[in-house]
Amino acid sequence: MTESQKPISTQQLNFAGLSRADYRGLQSTLCQGCGHNSIASQIIAACFELGLKPEQVVKYSGIGCSSKSPTYFLSRSFGFNGLHGRMPSLALGGSFGDISLKGIGISGDGDTASIGLGQFKHLVRRNLPLVYIVENNGVYGLTKGQFSATAERGLKLKKQGTNPYLPVDIAMEALVANASFVARSFAGDPKQVKELIKAAFSHKGIAVIDIISPCVTFNNQEGTIHSYTFGKDHEDPLHEISFVPARDEIMVQDFEEGTVREVEMHDGSTIILKKLEADYDPTDRWQALRILQEAQENNWLVTGLIYFNPEPPSIYDLFNLPDEPLNRMVESQLRPAKSVLTDINQSLR
Amino acid sequence: MEPKKIVPYWKKDRKNATVNEFAMAIATINGSGSATANNILLRTLFRMGIPVSGKNIFPSNIQGLPTWYTIRASADGFVGRSEVDDILVAMNPASIVDDIRRLAPDGVLFYDDAITIPATRQDISVYPMPVKQLSRAADVAPALREYVANMVYVGVLTVILGIDLDILKQTLSDHFHGNEKAVSSNFGVVTAAAEWAKSNLKKIDHFHVEKIDKCQGCIMADGNAAGALGSIFGGVQFVAWYPITPASSLAEGLNENLPRLRQDPKTNKDTFAVVQAEDELAAIGMATGAGWAGLRAMTSTSGAGISLMSEYAGLAYYTEVPIVVWNVQRVGPSTGLPTRTSQGDLTQAYFLSQGDTRFIILIPGSVNECFEFGWKAFDIAEHYQTPVIVLSDLDLGMNQWMTPDFVYPDKPFDRGKILWEEEFEKIKETWGRYKDLDGDLIPYRTVPGNKHPNAAWFARGTGHDDYANYSEDPEVWEAGLKRINDKVLSSREHLPQPVVEKMDGAKFGIILMGSAEPAVNEARAILAQEGLPSDCLRVRALPLASSVKDFIQAHPRNYVIELNQDGQLCQLIKLELDCPGELISVAHTDGMPLSARWIHEQLTAREAK
Repeated sequence: MTESQKPISTQQLNFAGLSRADYRGLQSTLCQGCGHNSIASQIIAACFELGLKPEQVVKYSGIGCSSKSPTYFLSRSFGFNGLHGRMPSLALGGSFGDISLKGIGISGDGDTASIGLGQFKHLVRRNLPLVYIVENNGVYGLTKGQFSATAERGLKLKKQGTNPYLPVDIAMEALVANASFVARSFAGDPKQVKELIKAAFSHKGIAVIDIISPCVTFNNQEGTIHSYTFGKDHEDPLHEISFVPARDEIMVQDFEEGTVREVEMHDGSTIILKKLEADYDPTDRWQALRILQEAQENNWLVTGLIYFNPEPPSIYDLFNLPDEPLNRMVESQLRPAKSVLTDINQSLR
Repeated sequence: MEPKKIVPYWKKDRKNATVNEFAMAIATINGSGSATANNILLRTLFRMGIPVSGKNIFPSNIQGLPTWYTIRASADGFVGRSEVDDILVAMNPASIVDDIRRLAPDGVLFYDDAITIPATRQDISVYPMPVKQLSRAADVAPALREYVANMVYVGVLTVILGIDLDILKQTLSDHFHGNEKAVSSNFGVVTAAAEWAKSNLKKIDHFHVEKIDKCQGCIMADGNAAGALGSIFGGVQFVAWYPITPASSLAEGLNENLPRLRQDPKTNKDTFAVVQAEDELAAIGMATGAGWAGLRAMTSTSGAGISLMSEYAGLAYYTEVPIVVWNVQRVGPSTGLPTRTSQGDLTQAYFLSQGDTRFIILIPGSVNECFEFGWKAFDIAEHYQTPVIVLSDLDLGMNQWMTPDFVYPDKPFDRGKILWEEEFEKIKETWGRYKDLDGDLIPYRTVPGNKHPNAAWFARGTGHDDYANYSEDPEVWEAGLKRINDKVLSSREHLPQPVVEKMDGAKFGIILMGSAEPAVNEARAILAQEGLPSDCLRVRALPLASSVKDFIQAHPRNYVIELNQDGQLCQLIKLELDCPGELISVAHTDGMPLSARWIHEQLTAREAK
């Protein structure tokens, strides 16, 4: 961007020399009070604070209320609103255009856990570097209040009666599919949401964040597990999370000795987890599975960084890709010489 | 001089000497390793300069069921399917009774002498082959004996038909890339069988082959390999696919050839990525993402796969994303006949997905054209910013065909209206992703990675305006959809144009597409010498060129010959071209490639009326 194009602003500028306004999207058309709006705000805040240029970010989504939200943040980023439940494949192909870009996918519980469970799990298994946010409210909003696959058994909805089936636990599905970054959060805990998103952007692989995001219109009854009141009363954070980008120095004196756990990320960033009641080690997959199981059995809304492993190769590591983005390549790099075809013809005689 | 008279293969006199003219069926058990033997036989004949084709009639099974490999040799160059077999090589006891029953009058039988043959035919020439005895003597591990056993019939055939052993040995050597052990063990069986045949068999039939020079400038390949190579020369950068017969070998051809043909010599890095997806919808989803992000992206599929892909195809159509989809057609509906051929997906492909759509379709008619359309499809897709579906079929895709050499692309890449930072800066004030700035219905696109702060846009399958913003406005919707439709239609004169072949005094026209060509050409030649010369037009793309209309109107009757039940090409011509000419559908589908005999019968009967 040239100097003259920069918005004239007295606002604070970030590391990339941009103001918060540069990260805005269009006005939300979701319901007042929808959890998804709060998540969109935290995506804006996270990208601004990280100093990611909007041009470096590519947005993907499926279909549903959640999937409308990519237009409510980062208007200067490319985005693709794909098919219901099939955003993962779109994001995978789109990412190969220029692997230096950062992808963020926004999905919902219907989109990921019902129609899209297959593509979701295959994307996780392939470890595409992508911030994969599920805005989970247990209900279909756009079609006016049907059960989704994450709705709890026994949930009563106005026109649907009682849900007879057990729910899909997105974090657990991600974990058993070998996700390398699994988190759960609550739209009513914006600071945690923001810090998790920041950490997710630094992860070299799939980063699944299952965010309980209440639907104020169809599924916000007192006591149901996707409601604001349930979240407020039952949220049980594993730790207080803060993200420190590689460029910043960690001020150890900020923390009392033995009260924090530092997790190094692949790009040199650090996730700082401040211990709460009990120590929790997010690099232990067994412990992660156990905590999810216990949360399920005891009706806790367990939040925070559930599992993290910076080691597994990302899908890009499995290819012999050049530094130059594939989508900038030209004919001379892509069409073999005439003599090559002459040899091929010769070999087929 | 009178032109040489063609004897229709179904009227052949097998009691007199016939040189370089036969149809042979090799009946084996699938999974018994006869593919190498059959390919060697086919390529040796080709290298003797004899026009040939090889078709594998195989079951949807891995091991144990009957399978037939048919070879047609024709000095006249007629290598379409012959449903009449002059020569049968019987290696499968399970099918031998039927196989012998189907053998042509005065045909020739070679059989594994371990099989008891029925004494049903007195008219045929019979040659036993001591397969077990000869393969037991072979210098191979016991586990491989069954495989080299197939070389016994190759060896016996060299003697009885007169196949050149030196050429055969070279062909084996090329097949095994010079692996001497493999060459010597196989060739050992061939020579042992040949020696045995010389000493023990007396030639009693009338078929033989001799070297001629009718294959100059030709290669032998299958359409899937050609499509893969063509795509590579078209600069394919991203491939996503899911295994399905008969399309798998196209993606496998990409997997095999991309690493050796498309690594940057300076950086030793790959300029491509291939991903095997979890299903066909994911495969086209990946391709759509990649096409949107500015890559030359493709997928390949067939049958159920194209149905599964239809939802993403519609999204790519409406968001104007260039992708290339190969549909190597097999027989539907449903799972249908997965290992048999058809031209039954034409209408589906043209109008794929919900709502009003119209896709650009390319229909290669030869292996050589599979190569050509392989690279052209990317230029067309990027030029028009729309998916291009290449409709091949199993017969073209999986069978070996003699075809003219692949021709190096005669045009540079057409990347279409794609803007990077500098060019974008010049038109940023007026630009909208879907705005028709040039009045040619094709807007300018930008792709992720473009760092200009105004270059981004949001792709969506929902209603959108010129700026890609969400819109439910009736006028916006109607105008947007119409522009895309008109854009696709505007391609009609710029796609591969129909190929027309004329005859003096033509009495009618024939319209066809794709792999129907060899059978149609043969039928036309025979009809012409019976007093029914015809002109012929081969459709190579949809939307249809206007010259199709001219052709129709220039003939009193036009037969549209195709391999499907409904006469889909005929239906589309009627639908798309407002022309008063007479169109008669001549269509059928039974899983087998069209034959000259069937076409001849159909047209003779209709012309007699």
